[in-house]
Amino acid sequence: MLELKGIEWTLPGGEEILKKIDFTVPDGKMTVITGPNGGGKTSIAKIIAGIAKPTNGTILLNGEDITDWDITQRSRSGIGYAFQQPVRFKGLKVRDLMELASEETLDESRLCSILGEVGLCAQEYIDRDVDASLSGGESKRIEIATVLAKKGAKVLVFDEPEAGIDLWSFTNLIDAFERLKSNHHESLLIISHQERILDIADYIIVIADGKVRMAGNKEEVLPGLLEGESGTNCPLGKGERGGAA
Amino acid sequence: MDEITKEMLKTVSDWDGEAEDGIAYNIRENGQCAGRRSSRNIVIESKEDAPGLIIRISPKAQKETVYIPACVTHGGVDDLVYNDFYVGAGADVTIVAGCGVHTDNEGQAKHNGIHRFFLDKGAHVLYQEKHIGTGTGTGFRRIDPVTDIELGEEAVLEMDTIQIGGVDRTFRKTTAKLAARARLIIHERLMTDGEDEAVSDFDVTLEGEDSGVDLISRSVARGNSRQDYHSKISGNCRCTGHSECDAILAENGKVNAAPELFAGNIDASLIHEAAIGKIAGEQIMKLKTLGLTEAEAEQKIIEGFLR
Repeated sequence: MLELKGIEWTLPGGEEILKKIDFTVPDGKMTVITGPNGGGKTSIAKIIAGIAKPTNGTILLNGEDITDWDITQRSRSGIGYAFQQPVRFKGLKVRDLMELASEETLDESRLCSILGEVGLCAQEYIDRDVDASLSGGESKRIEIATVLAKKGAKVLVFDEPEAGIDLWSFTNLIDAFERLKSNHHESLLIISHQERILDIADYIIVIADGKVRMAGNKEEVLPGLLEGESGTNCPLGKGERGGAA
Repeated sequence: MDEITKEMLKTVSDWDGEAEDGIAYNIRENGQCAGRRSSRNIVIESKEDAPGLIIRISPKAQKETVYIPACVTHGGVDDLVYNDFYVGAGADVTIVAGCGVHTDNEGQAKHNGIHRFFLDKGAHVLYQEKHIGTGTGTGFRRIDPVTDIELGEEAVLEMDTIQIGGVDRTFRKTTAKLAARARLIIHERLMTDGEDEAVSDFDVTLEGEDSGVDLISRSVARGNSRQDYHSKISGNCRCTGHSECDAILAENGKVNAAPELFAGNIDASLIHEAAIGKIAGEQIMKLKTLGLTEAEAEQKIIEGFLR
Protein backbone atom coordinates (compact mmCIF):
# COMPACT_ATOMS: atom_id res chain seq x y z
CA MET A 1 0.00 0.00 0.00
CA LEU A 2 1.29 3.43 -0.92
CA GLU A 3 0.27 6.39 1.21
CA LEU A 4 0.82 10.08 0.60
CA LYS A 5 0.36 12.22 3.67
CA GLY A 6 0.33 16.00 3.62
CA ILE A 7 2.46 16.21 0.49
CA GLU A 8 3.39 19.76 -0.45
CA TRP A 9 5.71 20.86 -3.20
CA THR A 10 6.72 24.46 -3.62
CA LEU A 11 9.13 25.64 -6.29
CA PRO A 12 12.14 27.74 -5.26
CA GLY A 13 10.36 30.83 -6.65
CA GLY A 14 7.46 30.23 -4.26
CA GLU A 15 4.93 28.72 -6.65
CA GLU A 16 2.90 26.07 -4.84
CA ILE A 17 2.54 23.03 -7.09
CA LEU A 18 1.05 20.60 -4.58
CA LYS A 19 -0.94 21.59 -1.50
CA LYS A 20 -1.49 19.09 1.30
CA ILE A 21 -2.07 16.05 -0.85
CA ASP A 22 -3.40 13.01 1.02
CA PHE A 23 -4.40 9.75 -0.58
CA THR A 24 -3.80 6.02 -0.49
CA VAL A 25 -3.14 3.60 -3.32
CA PRO A 26 -4.49 0.27 -2.06
CA ASP A 27 -2.77 -3.04 -2.78
CA GLY A 28 -3.78 -4.89 -5.91
CA LYS A 29 -6.16 -2.18 -7.05
CA MET A 30 -6.18 0.30 -9.87
CA THR A 31 -6.28 3.95 -8.93
CA VAL A 32 -6.61 6.61 -11.58
CA ILE A 33 -5.62 10.23 -11.03
CA THR A 34 -7.36 12.65 -13.33
CA GLY A 35 -7.89 16.38 -13.57
CA PRO A 36 -7.13 19.36 -15.76
CA ASN A 37 -3.75 20.06 -17.30
CA GLY A 38 -1.33 21.82 -14.99
CA GLY A 39 -3.20 20.67 -11.89
CA GLY A 40 -0.29 18.73 -10.37
CA LYS A 41 -0.90 15.14 -11.54
CA THR A 42 2.52 14.57 -13.09
CA SER A 43 4.15 16.26 -10.10
CA ILE A 44 2.54 13.68 -7.84
CA ALA A 45 3.82 10.86 -10.06
CA LYS A 46 7.33 12.29 -10.01
CA ILE A 47 7.24 12.65 -6.25
CA ILE A 48 6.18 9.01 -5.90
CA ALA A 49 9.00 7.89 -8.19
CA GLY A 50 11.54 10.02 -6.30
CA ILE A 51 12.24 12.30 -9.25
CA ALA A 52 10.97 15.31 -7.34
CA LYS A 53 11.33 15.86 -3.61
CA PRO A 54 8.33 17.18 -1.69
CA THR A 55 8.75 20.29 0.42
CA ASN A 56 6.66 18.73 3.17
CA GLY A 57 4.81 15.53 3.81
CA THR A 58 5.46 11.81 4.01
CA ILE A 59 5.33 8.92 1.59
CA LEU A 60 4.87 5.44 3.01
CA LEU A 61 5.27 2.17 1.13
CA ASN A 62 3.77 -0.72 3.08
CA GLY A 63 4.18 1.37 6.21
CA GLU A 64 7.84 2.23 5.59
CA ASP A 65 8.77 5.90 5.23
CA ILE A 66 10.37 6.26 1.80
CA THR A 67 10.18 10.05 1.60
CA ASP A 68 13.95 10.48 1.61
CA TRP A 69 14.71 7.54 -0.64
CA ASP A 70 16.21 8.30 -4.04
CA ILE A 71 14.91 7.08 -7.39
CA THR A 72 17.06 3.94 -7.39
CA GLN A 73 16.01 2.90 -3.89
CA ARG A 74 12.36 3.39 -4.74
CA SER A 75 12.71 1.38 -7.90
CA ARG A 76 14.42 -1.43 -6.03
CA SER A 77 11.62 -1.36 -3.47
CA GLY A 78 9.13 -2.06 -6.24
CA ILE A 79 7.99 1.31 -7.58
CA GLY A 80 7.87 1.46 -11.38
CA TYR A 81 7.34 4.66 -13.32
CA ALA A 82 6.43 5.15 -16.96
CA PHE A 83 7.37 8.65 -18.11
CA GLN A 84 4.80 10.76 -19.89
CA GLN A 85 7.46 11.76 -22.42
CA PRO A 86 9.52 8.66 -23.25
CA VAL A 87 13.27 9.04 -22.95
CA ARG A 88 15.36 8.23 -26.02
CA PHE A 89 18.84 6.74 -26.04
CA LYS A 90 21.38 6.52 -28.82
CA GLY A 91 22.78 3.03 -28.66
CA LEU A 92 20.52 1.36 -26.12
CA LYS A 93 18.21 -1.17 -27.67
CA VAL A 94 14.69 -2.19 -26.75
CA ARG A 95 16.05 -5.49 -25.47
CA ASP A 96 18.53 -3.63 -23.22
CA LEU A 97 15.78 -1.65 -21.50
CA MET A 98 13.58 -4.72 -21.05
CA GLU A 99 16.45 -6.69 -19.54
CA LEU A 100 17.42 -3.84 -17.23
CA ALA A 101 13.81 -3.61 -16.06
CA SER A 102 13.41 -7.34 -15.52
CA GLU A 103 16.96 -7.77 -14.15
CA GLU A 104 17.53 -10.88 -16.26
CA THR A 105 18.37 -12.02 -19.75
CA LEU A 106 15.14 -12.42 -21.64
CA ASP A 107 14.54 -14.95 -24.38
CA GLU A 108 12.52 -14.03 -27.42
CA SER A 109 9.34 -15.62 -26.17
CA ARG A 110 9.41 -13.59 -22.95
CA LEU A 111 10.21 -10.40 -24.87
CA CYS A 112 7.38 -11.23 -27.22
CA SER A 113 5.04 -11.61 -24.30
CA ILE A 114 6.01 -8.26 -22.74
CA LEU A 115 6.01 -6.25 -25.95
CA GLY A 116 2.82 -7.98 -27.08
CA GLU A 117 1.10 -6.38 -24.10
CA VAL A 118 1.58 -3.02 -25.77
CA GLY A 119 0.86 -4.23 -29.26
CA LEU A 120 4.44 -4.54 -30.54
CA CYS A 121 5.92 -7.53 -32.29
CA ALA A 122 9.14 -8.43 -30.48
CA GLN A 123 10.95 -9.66 -33.56
CA GLU A 124 10.64 -6.27 -35.19
CA TYR A 125 11.68 -4.24 -32.17
CA ILE A 126 14.07 -6.02 -29.81
CA ASP A 127 17.20 -5.02 -31.71
CA ARG A 128 16.11 -1.49 -32.51
CA ASP A 129 17.69 1.49 -30.82
CA VAL A 130 15.41 3.41 -28.47
CA ASP A 131 16.12 6.60 -30.38
CA ALA A 132 14.49 9.05 -32.74
CA SER A 133 14.01 6.35 -35.37
CA LEU A 134 11.00 5.20 -33.35
CA SER A 135 7.75 7.08 -33.75
CA GLY A 136 6.21 8.82 -30.76
CA GLY A 137 3.67 6.04 -30.36
CA GLU A 138 6.29 3.30 -30.59
CA SER A 139 8.46 5.04 -28.01
CA LYS A 140 5.50 5.42 -25.72
CA ARG A 141 4.59 1.77 -25.95
CA ILE A 142 8.17 0.72 -25.24
CA GLU A 143 8.23 3.05 -22.26
CA ILE A 144 5.12 1.36 -20.89
CA ALA A 145 6.60 -2.07 -21.60
CA THR A 146 9.68 -1.26 -19.48
CA VAL A 147 7.37 -0.83 -16.53
CA LEU A 148 5.35 -3.94 -17.31
CA ALA A 149 8.66 -5.86 -17.40
CA LYS A 150 9.72 -4.62 -14.00
CA LYS A 151 10.94 -7.24 -11.57
CA GLY A 152 9.43 -7.24 -8.08
CA ALA A 153 6.89 -4.58 -8.91
CA LYS A 154 4.63 -3.41 -6.11
CA VAL A 155 3.34 -0.07 -7.35
CA LEU A 156 3.32 0.75 -11.05
CA VAL A 157 2.85 4.40 -11.98
CA PHE A 158 1.87 5.32 -15.55
CA ASP A 159 1.76 8.97 -16.55
CA GLU A 160 -0.79 9.42 -19.34
CA PRO A 161 -0.15 6.04 -20.96
CA GLU A 162 -2.72 6.75 -23.65
CA ALA A 163 -0.88 9.79 -25.04
CA GLY A 164 0.34 9.20 -28.57
CA ILE A 165 -0.95 5.65 -28.78
CA ASP A 166 -3.18 4.51 -31.63
CA LEU A 167 -6.62 3.06 -31.09
CA TRP A 168 -5.59 -0.56 -31.60
CA SER A 169 -2.64 -0.39 -29.27
CA PHE A 170 -4.75 1.45 -26.75
CA THR A 171 -7.16 -1.47 -26.70
CA ASN A 172 -4.21 -3.79 -26.01
CA LEU A 173 -3.12 -1.46 -23.23
CA ILE A 174 -6.54 -1.51 -21.60
CA ASP A 175 -6.45 -5.31 -21.76
CA ALA A 176 -2.99 -5.30 -20.18
CA PHE A 177 -4.16 -3.06 -17.35
CA GLU A 178 -7.17 -5.30 -16.79
CA ARG A 179 -4.94 -8.36 -16.65
CA LEU A 180 -2.65 -6.66 -14.14
CA LYS A 181 -5.72 -5.72 -12.12
CA SER A 182 -7.06 -9.22 -12.12
CA ASN A 183 -3.74 -10.58 -10.83
CA HIS A 184 -4.08 -8.42 -7.72
CA HIS A 185 -0.30 -8.49 -7.39
CA GLU A 186 0.64 -4.93 -8.18
CA SER A 187 -1.02 -1.66 -7.32
CA LEU A 188 -1.63 0.43 -10.40
CA LEU A 189 -1.59 4.21 -10.31
CA ILE A 190 -2.49 5.70 -13.65
CA ILE A 191 -2.66 9.35 -14.58
CA SER A 192 -5.17 9.69 -17.33
CA HIS A 193 -7.91 11.73 -18.92
CA GLN A 194 -9.20 8.76 -20.88
CA GLU A 195 -12.72 7.65 -20.11
CA ARG A 196 -11.94 4.02 -20.97
CA ILE A 197 -9.18 4.03 -18.36
CA LEU A 198 -11.36 5.79 -15.82
CA ASP A 199 -13.98 3.18 -16.55
CA ILE A 200 -11.79 0.26 -15.43
CA ALA A 201 -10.49 2.03 -12.31
CA ASP A 202 -11.27 0.84 -8.83
CA TYR A 203 -10.65 4.29 -7.40
CA ILE A 204 -10.50 7.75 -8.90
CA ILE A 205 -8.73 10.79 -7.50
CA VAL A 206 -9.33 14.19 -9.05
CA ILE A 207 -6.50 16.69 -8.74
CA ALA A 208 -6.79 20.34 -9.65
CA ASP A 209 -4.82 23.39 -8.64
CA GLY A 210 -2.49 21.19 -6.60
CA LYS A 211 -5.25 19.79 -4.41
CA VAL A 212 -7.33 16.63 -4.16
CA ARG A 213 -10.75 17.78 -5.32
CA MET A 214 -12.56 14.48 -5.29
CA ALA A 215 -11.59 10.94 -4.37
CA GLY A 216 -13.44 7.73 -3.95
CA ASN A 217 -14.68 4.56 -5.56
CA LYS A 218 -15.17 4.81 -9.28
CA GLU A 219 -18.90 4.46 -8.78
CA GLU A 220 -18.91 7.49 -6.51
CA VAL A 221 -16.67 9.78 -8.53
CA LEU A 222 -17.09 8.94 -12.20
CA PRO A 223 -20.74 9.92 -12.69
CA GLY A 224 -20.07 13.39 -11.37
CA LEU A 225 -16.99 13.76 -13.53
CA LEU A 226 -18.84 12.73 -16.65
CA GLU A 227 -21.69 15.10 -15.91
CA GLY A 228 -19.30 18.03 -15.46
CA GLU A 229 -20.25 18.48 -11.86
CA SER A 230 -18.28 21.67 -11.54
CA GLY A 231 -20.67 23.59 -13.73
CA THR A 232 -17.84 24.62 -16.01
CA ASN A 233 -15.98 22.84 -18.77
CA CYS A 234 -13.65 21.60 -16.12
CA PRO A 235 -15.33 18.89 -14.05
CA LEU A 236 -13.66 20.18 -10.93
CA GLY A 237 -13.58 22.87 -8.39
CA LYS A 238 -17.16 22.72 -7.15
CA GLY A 239 -16.95 20.58 -4.06
CA GLU A 240 -13.66 19.79 -2.44
CA ARG A 241 -14.66 16.33 -1.41
CA GLY A 242 -11.10 15.28 -0.65
CA GLY A 243 -10.48 12.23 1.46
CA ALA A 244 -8.60 9.05 0.87
CA ALA A 245 -9.44 6.57 -1.82
CA MET B 1 54.63 -14.36 -30.03
CA ASP B 2 54.81 -13.07 -26.46
CA GLU B 3 52.03 -13.11 -23.86
CA ILE B 4 51.30 -9.39 -24.18
CA THR B 5 50.72 -9.82 -27.89
CA LYS B 6 48.43 -12.78 -27.28
CA GLU B 7 46.34 -10.80 -24.80
CA MET B 8 46.10 -7.78 -27.08
CA LEU B 9 45.21 -9.92 -30.08
CA LYS B 10 42.29 -11.38 -28.16
CA THR B 11 41.02 -7.89 -27.44
CA VAL B 12 41.56 -6.19 -30.77
CA SER B 13 40.72 -9.01 -33.14
CA ASP B 14 39.21 -11.89 -31.13
CA TRP B 15 42.30 -13.85 -32.12
CA ASP B 16 42.83 -16.82 -29.81
CA GLY B 17 46.14 -17.95 -31.25
CA GLU B 18 44.76 -20.37 -33.81
CA ALA B 19 43.18 -19.70 -37.17
CA GLU B 20 40.68 -22.03 -38.72
CA ASP B 21 41.78 -23.91 -41.80
CA GLY B 22 41.54 -21.82 -44.90
CA ILE B 23 41.63 -18.48 -43.07
CA ALA B 24 44.25 -16.00 -44.25
CA TYR B 25 46.15 -13.97 -41.70
CA ASN B 26 49.23 -11.92 -40.95
CA ILE B 27 50.20 -11.14 -37.38
CA ARG B 28 52.58 -8.21 -36.91
CA GLU B 29 54.51 -7.94 -33.65
CA ASN B 30 56.93 -5.08 -32.97
CA GLY B 31 57.43 -4.45 -36.66
CA GLN B 32 58.08 -8.10 -37.52
CA CYS B 33 55.92 -10.82 -38.99
CA ALA B 34 54.87 -13.23 -36.22
CA GLY B 35 52.81 -15.46 -38.48
CA ARG B 36 51.30 -15.47 -41.93
CA ARG B 37 49.11 -17.63 -44.07
CA SER B 38 47.41 -17.04 -47.40
CA SER B 39 44.25 -18.79 -48.45
CA ARG B 40 43.07 -19.98 -51.82
CA ASN B 41 41.36 -16.65 -52.55
CA ILE B 42 43.33 -14.26 -50.36
CA VAL B 43 47.04 -13.92 -51.00
CA ILE B 44 49.26 -12.00 -48.58
CA GLU B 45 52.75 -10.97 -49.72
CA SER B 46 55.43 -8.72 -48.29
CA LYS B 47 56.06 -5.43 -50.00
CA GLU B 48 59.47 -5.13 -51.56
CA ASP B 49 59.88 -1.37 -51.42
CA ALA B 50 58.57 -0.65 -47.93
CA PRO B 51 57.57 -2.42 -44.73
CA GLY B 52 54.11 -3.86 -45.12
CA LEU B 53 51.87 -6.11 -47.10
CA ILE B 54 50.06 -6.48 -50.36
CA ILE B 55 46.80 -8.33 -49.86
CA ARG B 56 45.14 -9.51 -53.04
CA ILE B 57 41.59 -10.70 -52.70
CA SER B 58 40.21 -12.70 -55.60
CA PRO B 59 36.70 -12.13 -56.97
CA LYS B 60 36.09 -15.73 -55.91
CA ALA B 61 36.41 -14.80 -52.24
CA GLN B 62 32.89 -14.91 -50.86
CA LYS B 63 32.08 -14.49 -47.17
CA GLU B 64 35.75 -15.00 -46.32
CA THR B 65 37.73 -13.34 -43.53
CA VAL B 66 41.34 -12.18 -43.35
CA TYR B 67 43.09 -11.13 -40.13
CA ILE B 68 45.87 -8.53 -40.14
CA PRO B 69 46.31 -7.31 -36.55
CA ALA B 70 49.44 -5.56 -35.30
CA CYS B 71 50.88 -5.20 -31.80
CA VAL B 72 53.63 -3.21 -30.16
CA THR B 73 54.57 -4.79 -26.84
CA HIS B 74 57.09 -2.37 -25.34
CA GLY B 75 58.31 1.20 -25.33
CA GLY B 76 60.88 2.42 -27.79
CA VAL B 77 59.14 0.84 -30.79
CA ASP B 78 58.00 3.07 -33.65
CA ASP B 79 56.30 0.72 -36.06
CA LEU B 80 55.40 1.96 -39.53
CA VAL B 81 53.62 -0.30 -41.98
CA TYR B 82 52.13 0.16 -45.44
CA ASN B 83 49.37 -2.28 -46.32
CA ASP B 84 47.62 -2.29 -49.69
CA PHE B 85 44.38 -4.19 -50.26
CA TYR B 86 43.31 -5.04 -53.78
CA VAL B 87 39.79 -6.44 -53.75
CA GLY B 88 38.55 -8.10 -56.92
CA ALA B 89 35.21 -7.42 -58.57
CA GLY B 90 32.32 -8.91 -56.68
CA ALA B 91 34.39 -10.26 -53.80
CA ASP B 92 32.73 -10.23 -50.39
CA VAL B 93 35.11 -10.30 -47.44
CA THR B 94 35.68 -9.23 -43.86
CA ILE B 95 39.05 -7.73 -42.96
CA VAL B 96 39.82 -7.82 -39.26
CA ALA B 97 42.58 -5.37 -38.47
CA GLY B 98 43.11 -4.00 -34.98
CA CYS B 99 46.11 -2.73 -33.14
CA GLY B 100 47.39 -2.81 -29.59
CA VAL B 101 50.24 -0.74 -28.18
CA HIS B 102 51.79 -1.52 -24.81
CA THR B 103 54.52 0.08 -22.78
CA ASP B 104 55.69 -0.50 -19.24
CA ASN B 105 58.47 2.07 -19.29
CA GLU B 106 59.07 5.67 -20.35
CA GLY B 107 59.52 4.76 -24.00
CA GLN B 108 56.82 5.50 -26.55
CA ALA B 109 54.98 2.54 -28.10
CA LYS B 110 53.77 3.63 -31.53
CA HIS B 111 52.07 2.02 -34.46
CA ASN B 112 51.44 3.87 -37.67
CA GLY B 113 49.46 1.87 -40.21
CA ILE B 114 49.02 3.30 -43.67
CA HIS B 115 46.30 1.32 -45.39
CA ARG B 116 45.17 1.71 -48.98
CA PHE B 117 42.04 0.05 -50.28
CA PHE B 118 41.28 -0.49 -53.95
CA LEU B 119 37.88 -2.08 -54.44
CA ASP B 120 36.87 -3.19 -57.91
CA LYS B 121 33.35 -3.07 -59.24
CA GLY B 122 30.75 -4.57 -56.95
CA ALA B 123 33.20 -5.66 -54.26
CA HIS B 124 32.00 -5.62 -50.67
CA VAL B 125 34.33 -5.27 -47.69
CA LEU B 126 33.59 -5.10 -44.01
CA TYR B 127 36.68 -3.63 -42.35
CA GLN B 128 36.87 -3.97 -38.58
CA GLU B 129 39.54 -2.09 -36.67
CA LYS B 130 39.85 -2.01 -32.90
CA HIS B 131 42.59 -0.05 -31.10
CA ILE B 132 43.76 -0.34 -27.53
CA GLY B 133 46.61 0.90 -25.36
CA THR B 134 47.83 -1.00 -22.30
CA GLY B 135 50.72 -1.06 -19.82
CA THR B 136 51.83 0.90 -16.81
CA GLY B 137 54.65 2.91 -18.41
CA THR B 138 54.75 6.67 -18.67
CA GLY B 139 55.68 6.52 -22.35
CA PHE B 140 52.98 7.49 -24.81
CA ARG B 141 50.87 4.80 -26.41
CA ARG B 142 50.26 6.18 -29.87
CA ILE B 143 48.35 4.90 -32.91
CA ASP B 144 48.14 7.00 -36.07
CA PRO B 145 46.25 5.19 -38.80
CA VAL B 146 46.05 6.59 -42.31
CA THR B 147 43.44 5.10 -44.62
CA ASP B 148 43.12 5.86 -48.32
CA ILE B 149 40.12 4.40 -50.09
CA GLU B 150 39.22 4.11 -53.75
CA LEU B 151 35.86 2.53 -54.42
CA GLY B 152 35.03 1.35 -57.90
CA GLU B 153 31.54 1.31 -59.32
CA GLU B 154 28.99 -0.29 -57.01
CA ALA B 155 31.67 -1.21 -54.50
CA VAL B 156 30.75 -1.07 -50.83
CA LEU B 157 33.15 -0.54 -47.92
CA GLU B 158 31.89 -0.66 -44.37
CA MET B 159 34.48 0.57 -41.88
CA ASP B 160 33.82 -0.22 -38.26
CA THR B 161 36.49 1.36 -36.08
CA ILE B 162 36.71 1.56 -32.32
CA GLN B 163 39.33 2.89 -29.95
CA ILE B 164 38.54 1.34 -26.62
CA GLY B 165 40.89 3.28 -24.38
CA GLY B 166 44.43 3.59 -23.14
CA VAL B 167 45.74 5.26 -26.30
CA ASP B 168 47.34 8.54 -25.26
CA ARG B 169 47.59 10.06 -28.71
CA THR B 170 45.92 9.22 -31.97
CA PHE B 171 45.63 10.93 -35.30
CA ARG B 172 43.28 9.17 -37.68
CA LYS B 173 43.29 10.36 -41.26
CA THR B 174 40.86 8.85 -43.76
CA THR B 175 40.38 9.89 -47.37
CA ALA B 176 38.06 8.30 -49.90
CA LYS B 177 36.97 8.65 -53.50
CA LEU B 178 33.80 6.98 -54.69
CA ALA B 179 32.84 6.00 -58.23
CA ALA B 180 29.29 5.60 -59.49
CA ARG B 181 26.87 3.84 -57.15
CA ALA B 182 29.63 3.06 -54.67
CA ARG B 183 28.85 3.28 -50.97
CA LEU B 184 31.06 4.05 -48.00
CA ILE B 185 29.78 3.50 -44.49
CA ILE B 186 32.05 4.53 -41.65
CA HIS B 187 31.14 3.91 -38.04
CA GLU B 188 33.77 5.35 -35.71
CA ARG B 189 33.65 4.99 -31.92
CA LEU B 190 36.16 6.64 -29.70
CA MET B 191 36.77 6.85 -25.97
CA THR B 192 39.37 9.15 -24.46
CA ASP B 193 40.20 9.67 -20.80
CA GLY B 194 42.89 11.23 -18.61
CA GLU B 195 45.16 13.42 -20.71
CA ASP B 196 44.45 11.59 -24.00
CA GLU B 197 44.26 13.52 -27.24
CA ALA B 198 42.57 12.22 -30.37
CA VAL B 199 42.12 13.69 -33.81
CA SER B 200 39.85 12.24 -36.49
CA ASP B 201 40.01 13.69 -39.97
CA PHE B 202 37.80 12.46 -42.82
CA ASP B 203 37.84 13.70 -46.40
CA VAL B 204 35.37 11.96 -48.71
CA THR B 205 34.84 12.87 -52.34
CA LEU B 206 31.78 11.62 -54.15
CA GLU B 207 32.73 11.55 -57.80
CA GLY B 208 30.35 9.01 -59.33
CA GLU B 209 26.63 9.40 -59.94
CA ASP B 210 24.49 7.98 -57.15
CA SER B 211 27.42 7.30 -54.87
CA GLY B 212 26.86 7.74 -51.18
CA VAL B 213 28.63 8.05 -47.86
CA ASP B 214 27.33 7.60 -44.34
CA LEU B 215 29.84 8.79 -41.77
CA ILE B 216 28.89 8.24 -38.15
CA SER B 217 31.20 9.17 -35.30
CA ARG B 218 30.34 8.59 -31.67
CA SER B 219 32.76 9.50 -28.96
CA VAL B 220 33.11 9.94 -25.24
CA ALA B 221 35.63 12.42 -23.80
CA ARG B 222 36.32 11.93 -20.11
CA GLY B 223 38.90 13.24 -17.65
CA ASN B 224 40.95 16.05 -19.17
CA SER B 225 40.99 14.47 -22.61
CA ARG B 226 40.47 16.35 -25.85
CA GLN B 227 39.10 15.28 -29.19
CA ASP B 228 39.13 17.07 -32.52
CA TYR B 229 36.81 15.92 -35.25
CA HIS B 230 37.03 17.20 -38.81
CA SER B 231 35.04 15.84 -41.69
CA LYS B 232 34.66 17.05 -45.24
CA ILE B 233 32.23 15.54 -47.68
CA SER B 234 32.43 16.84 -51.24
CA GLY B 235 29.58 15.99 -53.58
CA ASN B 236 30.54 16.63 -57.18
CA CYS B 237 27.62 14.85 -58.81
CA ARG B 238 24.19 13.44 -58.00
CA CYS B 239 25.00 11.77 -54.70
CA THR B 240 24.12 11.51 -51.05
CA GLY B 241 26.31 12.30 -48.09
CA HIS B 242 25.46 12.09 -44.42
CA SER B 243 27.72 12.74 -41.48
CA GLU B 244 26.78 12.49 -37.85
CA CYS B 245 29.06 13.47 -35.01
CA ASP B 246 27.79 12.77 -31.51
CA ALA B 247 29.94 13.20 -28.46
CA ILE B 248 29.36 12.73 -24.75
CA LEU B 249 31.38 14.86 -22.40
CA ALA B 250 32.22 13.83 -18.86
CA GLU B 251 34.34 15.58 -16.22
CA ASN B 252 36.58 18.04 -18.10
CA GLY B 253 36.50 16.37 -21.49
CA LYS B 254 36.63 18.65 -24.52
CA VAL B 255 35.47 18.08 -28.07
CA ASN B 256 35.91 20.27 -31.10
CA ALA B 257 33.75 19.19 -34.05
CA ALA B 258 34.21 20.87 -37.40
CA PRO B 259 32.13 19.28 -40.12
CA GLU B 260 32.29 20.60 -43.66
CA LEU B 261 30.07 19.92 -46.63
CA PHE B 262 30.79 20.94 -50.20
CA ALA B 263 28.09 20.59 -52.84
CA GLY B 264 29.55 20.99 -56.30
CA ASN B 265 26.45 19.83 -58.09
CA ILE B 266 22.80 20.81 -57.82
CA ASP B 267 21.83 17.18 -57.26
CA ALA B 268 24.25 16.60 -54.40
CA SER B 269 22.27 15.96 -51.23
CA LEU B 270 24.45 16.40 -48.16
CA ILE B 271 23.48 16.42 -44.49
CA HIS B 272 25.41 16.88 -41.29
CA GLU B 273 24.17 16.31 -37.77
CA ALA B 274 26.15 17.02 -34.62
CA ALA B 275 25.41 16.85 -30.93
CA ILE B 276 27.89 17.38 -28.13
CA GLY B 277 27.04 17.46 -24.46
CA LYS B 278 26.94 15.62 -21.21
CA ILE B 279 24.62 12.65 -20.71
CA ALA B 280 21.06 13.94 -20.60
CA GLY B 281 19.71 14.00 -17.07
CA GLU B 282 16.48 12.36 -18.17
CA GLN B 283 18.42 9.36 -19.52
CA ILE B 284 20.09 8.85 -16.15
CA MET B 285 16.74 9.30 -14.47
CA LYS B 286 15.03 6.71 -16.65
CA LEU B 287 17.64 4.08 -15.91
CA LYS B 288 17.47 4.92 -12.21
CA THR B 289 13.73 4.20 -12.34
CA LEU B 290 14.74 0.76 -13.60
CA GLY B 291 16.88 0.26 -10.48
CA LEU B 292 20.35 1.37 -11.62
CA THR B 293 22.51 3.70 -9.57
CA GLU B 294 23.71 6.91 -11.20
CA ALA B 295 27.15 5.41 -11.91
CA GLU B 296 25.62 2.23 -13.34
CA ALA B 297 23.28 4.28 -15.49
CA GLU B 298 26.15 6.39 -16.87
CA GLN B 299 28.17 3.28 -17.62
CA LYS B 300 25.25 1.62 -19.40
CA ILE B 301 24.53 4.71 -21.48
CA ILE B 302 28.17 5.02 -22.54
CA GLU B 303 28.45 1.30 -23.33
CA GLY B 304 25.39 1.50 -25.53
CA PHE B 305 26.51 4.74 -27.16
CA LEU B 306 29.85 3.25 -28.15
CA ARG B 307 28.54 -0.20 -29.06
